[in-house]
Amino acid sequence: MELNFTAEDQAFRAEVRDFIEANYPIELKRKVEAGLELGKDDYVRWQKILHAKGWIAPKWPVEFGGTGWSPTQRYIFEEELTAASTPRIIPFGLAMLGPVLMEYGSKSQQARYLPDILSSDTWWAQGYSEPGAGSDLASLKTRAEPQGDHYLVNGSKIWTTYGHYADWIFCLVRTSQEEKKQKGISFLLIDMNDPGISVAPIITADGKHVVNQVFFEDVRVPKENLVGEEGAGWTIAKFLLGHERTNIAGVAASKRQVLRIKEIAGREQSGGRSLLQDQRYRDKLSQLEIELLALEYTNLRVLSAEAAGQQIGPEASLLKVKGTEVQQRITELLVEAVGYYALPYDLDALRFGWQEREPIGPDYAAVLAPHYFDWRKSSIYGGSNEIQKNIISKAVLGL
Amino acid sequence: MDFSFTEEQQMLKDSVDRFVQNEYDFDARQKLAATDPGYSEAHWQTFAELGWLGITFAESVGGYGGSAVDSAIILEAFGRGLVLEPFLASVVLGGNLLARAGSAEQQAACLPQVIEGQKKLALAYFEPEARYELSHVTTRAEFVDGGYLITGRKGVVLHGATADWLIVSARTAGGPRDVAGVSLFLVDAATAGVETRPYRMVDGLMGAELGLSRVRVGSDALIGELDLGLEVLEWALDYGIAGVCAEAVGCMDRLQELTLEYMKTRQQFGVALGSFQVVQHRMAEMFMACEQARSLAYMAAVKVDSAPQERRRALSAAKVYIGQAGRLLGQESVQLHGGIGCTDELNVPHYFKRLTAINAWFGDESYHLGRFAGTE
Ligand SMILES: Cc1cc2nc3c(=O)[nH]c(=O)nc-3n(C[C@H](O)[C@H](O)[C@H](O)COP(=O)(O)OP(=O)(O)OC[C@H]3O[C@@H](n4cnc5c(N)ncnc54)[C@H](O)[C@@H]3O)c2cc1C
Repeated sequence: MELNFTAEDQAFRAEVRDFIEANYPIELKRKVEAGLELGKDDYVRWQKILHAKGWIAPKWPVEFGGTGWSPTQRYIFEEELTAASTPRIIPFGLAMLGPVLMEYGSKSQQARYLPDILSSDTWWAQGYSEPGAGSDLASLKTRAEPQGDHYLVNGSKIWTTYGHYADWIFCLVRTSQEEKKQKGISFLLIDMNDPGISVAPIITADGKHVVNQVFFEDVRVPKENLVGEEGAGWTIAKFLLGHERTNIAGVAASKRQVLRIKEIAGREQSGGRSLLQDQRYRDKLSQLEIELLALEYTNLRVLSAEAAGQQIGPEASLLKVKGTEVQQRITELLVEAVGYYALPYDLDALRFGWQEREPIGPDYAAVLAPHYFDWRKSSIYGGSNEIQKNIISKAVLGL
Repeated sequence: MDFSFTEEQQMLKDSVDRFVQNEYDFDARQKLAATDPGYSEAHWQTFAELGWLGITFAESVGGYGGSAVDSAIILEAFGRGLVLEPFLASVVLGGNLLARAGSAEQQAACLPQVIEGQKKLALAYFEPEARYELSHVTTRAEFVDGGYLITGRKGVVLHGATADWLIVSARTAGGPRDVAGVSLFLVDAATAGVETRPYRMVDGLMGAELGLSRVRVGSDALIGELDLGLEVLEWALDYGIAGVCAEAVGCMDRLQELTLEYMKTRQQFGVALGSFQVVQHRMAEMFMACEQARSLAYMAAVKVDSAPQERRRALSAAKVYIGQAGRLLGQESVQLHGGIGCTDELNVPHYFKRLTAINAWFGDESYHLGRFAGTE
């Protein structure tokens, strides 16, 4: 057992760090560090910087524009990106659709869509969930009826993250009614500019607009936009699930947040000393850090198994459950740290910072309670934590 | 031993429940929260007419001679409706403090108007770096020319900007964190030098930052004894704790109902979600937490007027438990609602927000665990 990174790994880390240091715009860094809202332009700007360096898609095979890095290098890369507070890479095109097209897409689909995913010139959204089909995704009802050279799509998708930014959406749709629900599902690419599509915003509990409901009314989608065979949608969705779960534990991001707790608790006063020296608070923080260490080492074990060529299966569920528990606990401890000043709510300060205005309470406080409320979503999306535990109990434990 | 309500209390409960039912559906509440004072003056007048604003005060000042149990009854019902009006600020905190420690003149000047809903009180005790330590008071009141000049800053004053009178804690002796040397003053909000910056809070209620610069008050503005204000303040905040505990029980009760209803109706995998045993057990946990919280909320209301150590122990115990139960109910209700539970449009996350805010008011779990242990 060797728990340290090799000298080459360390050198690689230094290279990544230097690149970020030299190329990451400071305005963007300030926004991310303060937990402010990022817009489409912010994400695209950073992704284009990575793309110019050839580092935007480390997981992709080299022939499609990937980096050819080992799993360990990819892990280090992620760590460095997060430690430097860079914006998250929007996953829908790069982490989700890209691998699907490489595996199931036709040559012409690959040629048409992959370059713009790589360069972030197209923004993709994920159209899976529906009002009646969440955890039970296979019960989805959005229909795509074959009519000559196209499909006629009717129905609605919900919780579509950044659907209002999207140029395209990949959808699971029902192309036929089958005895086994999964069999009638297909994977379809739809241009968001097509007539018959409308997007309605959904405001989340923190007051922000990130998710949407997307409506399809007699939308004509060319048959060439079908990925794989008709009826192969479920198989593709399961394949994609494996990719969706990379970096699911979010260890690097949580480490960064633990530093933030220490910074804030170090500045907050409690009974004449800093809150960080308050034993009751400190114990909670230590507990959290220990949980995070366990997660980090489990994540590394999975990583080394992957590097040795093993497939990751239901272990991903463990990483998702424990990862989101840690993230949610972080948001709780941040709210606790600021006491009464978690209460004032100022939507502008939450989105853009206090700018010229005098902050209400400490300037870091405004985002904390809204983040706490909002981050409850992490145990709901991407397969809820209940569903992950069902997977563990069935697939791992055989219950 | 008797946990039942008197006949009058039962009538009070029915009448507040009816008000919440008829006037406080969630959409109406959200519209109200977005208006300028953030609540309804018309509702406030209704509260006055129905006698709710005077429930805990002596008959001699126009009240009805009730107790903390009566205000708990009102607040539990308010919790179910996420009521926005400044009952806690004006009646439970401000009014009770004045009724306990104010001079006969102060009471006669203020309480009848508070009870009739013509004027409102707010309690300004928290300071920007104080966290939950009540003795952390840096606002100073200097004795000059037979009166006081008050200068300092107060933070997160509940309904501070719509109050006609502010009760302000200020230091008249000693250093910034000394227990002795804190006095309480009744300040007309219209006095020169009083500046408020109102804002909405995460739970839709209104708060304010308060700046006091050389605010001149007469010597008759002093509430209770010079330098000994802290004891009264702590009692008033314990009264506030009893109030928010009752309100939290109302919130939890409603959350539980809403989630139970959803678990019975939401279908996935061809069955109602409530048919999964893991969901059943979690609903059972929520039920148990809510009932235990209710028990402690009743205890808290009864013990507000017991001897200080007994009172502190009881109120801290209730506050800790209700903080934890509130978190459980809030988080689980959101989780079990899935995506819809994350939306602003649904009432569920708003109960979660109010419960989260209640945990911070008057000291969070950590603070009250400490105070509880200190009462041994
Ligand atoms: C902020 C956010 C962003 C999202 N972004 C996207 C997106 O971009 N694209 C997209 O397609 N979807 C997206 N989703 C949807 C997300 O994947 C679904 O919300 C999720 O699958 C849960 O479905 P549901 O909301 O319908 O909840 P339900 O499935 O109705 O579940 C409600 C509750 O019941 C529990 N439950 C369900 N079944 C069981 C069971 N068998 N045993 C025990 N408990 C169970 C669930 O865990 C949950 O707690 C997003 C969701 C959120 C909140």
